[in-house]
Amino acid sequence: MLSFDENKTISKLADRYEKKRGACVEALKMVQRWRGWISDEDLNDVARCLDMSADELDGVATFYNLIFRHPVGWHTILICDSVSCWIMGCSALRDHLEKELHLKLGETTADGRFTLLPTACLGACDHAPVIMIDGDLHGDLSPGKLSEALASYR
Amino acid sequence: MERPLTKNIRPGEEPLSLEAYVRMGGYEAVRKALREMTPDDVVKMVTESNLRGRGGAGFPTGRKWSLAPKDDRRPRYFVVNADEMEPGAFKDRMLLEGNPHQLIEGIVVSAFATHANVAFIFLRAEYTLAARRLERAIAEAYAKGYLGRSIVESDFDLALHLHTGAGRYICGEETALLTALEGNRAIPRAKPPYPQTSGLWGKPTIINNVETVVNVPHIINRGAEWFRGLSRGSDGGTKIYGLSGHVKHPGSWELPMGTTIREILEEHGGGMREGYSFRALLPGGASTEFLLEEHLDVAMDFQSVEEVGSRLGTGTIIVLDGQTCPVGMLHNLEHFFARESCGWCTPCRDGLPWTERILAAFEEGEGEPGDLEILAMHTQFLGPGKTFCALAPGAMEPLKSGLRYFRKDFERHITEKRCPWR
Ligand code: SF4
Ligand code: FES
Repeated sequence: MLSFDENKTISKLADRYEKKRGACVEALKMVQRWRGWISDEDLNDVARCLDMSADELDGVATFYNLIFRHPVGWHTILICDSVSCWIMGCSALRDHLEKELHLKLGETTADGRFTLLPTACLGACDHAPVIMIDGDLHGDLSPGKLSEALASYR
Repeated sequence: MERPLTKNIRPGEEPLSLEAYVRMGGYEAVRKALREMTPDDVVKMVTESNLRGRGGAGFPTGRKWSLAPKDDRRPRYFVVNADEMEPGAFKDRMLLEGNPHQLIEGIVVSAFATHANVAFIFLRAEYTLAARRLERAIAEAYAKGYLGRSIVESDFDLALHLHTGAGRYICGEETALLTALEGNRAIPRAKPPYPQTSGLWGKPTIINNVETVVNVPHIINRGAEWFRGLSRGSDGGTKIYGLSGHVKHPGSWELPMGTTIREILEEHGGGMREGYSFRALLPGGASTEFLLEEHLDVAMDFQSVEEVGSRLGTGTIIVLDGQTCPVGMLHNLEHFFARESCGWCTPCRDGLPWTERILAAFEEGEGEPGDLEILAMHTQFLGPGKTFCALAPGAMEPLKSGLRYFRKDFERHITEKRCPWR
């Protein structure tokens, strides 16, 4: 169930748009912030707030890379695999991550701590290769620097 | 050399607060435009400045603004496209993070010129620092009367909202962005009708890129002629150029429009890194055609880059060095476009994964001579006019030029049955 605060925030967000549903992506992200992902129940609740059918909202939710309809780990690691990062060696970075965390791209560690996802260009190509952990950018990475960055999230 | 857009940006430091921004002459353009000028005056000045859209297509801004119907009493919208997701492009990040008030000032003047009373900034989700800074700046501007009702005691009202996405490249496409703002799957719309007449919720809507909008206050303050004089060519103003790849100093710089590629690469980027040679470059992001060594003296403005068969695009250069496999780079590019296709129209939805698979086969040493023809065919079938929006034709630009310039490399993959770079 959505909390009182969540409901209030969603209706405030909805006021900005000519039709309420304009707020749906921001609403889903807000709900996801604390729960980590969007369950069917959450989806139904948000849809109701915004006068949408749950199916319609699911159609929007599944369109986006950063709305999770499955549980994810505590920390999400987005690894940029676009062109500048590729030239600067993001594949080696990915291999290193997969080995260190014992997972494959798209998976969550057994302890539920990290989820590793590929992402399109993070707009920091001058610091390629780049990853983003929970919204924080880490650039100019080498496998060694990556392990360091990771340590602070353990 | 003047750098109006970035002179108040200190990389790595907090952006100017509203007070500091005003002390540097900020919001003067709002006062001038809203108190002393009519919307038509503003449009005229921007038209005369030769400002062309900085999002990639380069449409003249003044012309775009004047395409909105004149005697239409319906509400109108002004939307800033801050969904910078083109691989290799990172120029708007600096403007968003470095000086959010400059953007807000540009929005107020632009919305005034286009009779919009509601504006949205459509920001990509991953720009989290920009989002925090914009939110704070918007709140400051409301508190001091630069947003909201009767801005600077004029009779112009403007509500400005920050809208953040959730990660899909297609949201940067003008009409898909509108669909996304309305709360639907971000699928492009057929044009016409153009957004200027039927945009957000069917209302007249003007959409401009971040870099375009931040130019507007400076044009108002200093005039069209001054703006044109900043440039080395016929397009007005400065341009934020970026550089990435194995160069000594990757980064972005505000330089006169029309600066040559060589100057950007060698003077600002410091040339290639030790152990790397120059092979080719994409001048304006992932959806532009390759250029070679012989093109280094080309001026980076819309027309000059077009004359040598590519596009200025976002003005952010990606360098391919001689130590990296060009086929691998093309595979990476097409992988991106295939993944980000919205899936709405068949040629793009089916054609891009097909191209990607063929390129993957080349990398694995399983490419065959006939594959080159199939790839060439795709550059036709996914070219301009064959798909619903420009994503697929954009995806074909690097491939088309790659097939031309890197033919020998493709052939080596076939004869050696492996990638010679690995
Ligand atoms: S070209 Fe691709 S991205 Fe554009 S509408 Fe068609 S399927 Fe969608
Ligand atoms: S390509 Fe990785 S941040 Fe741009």
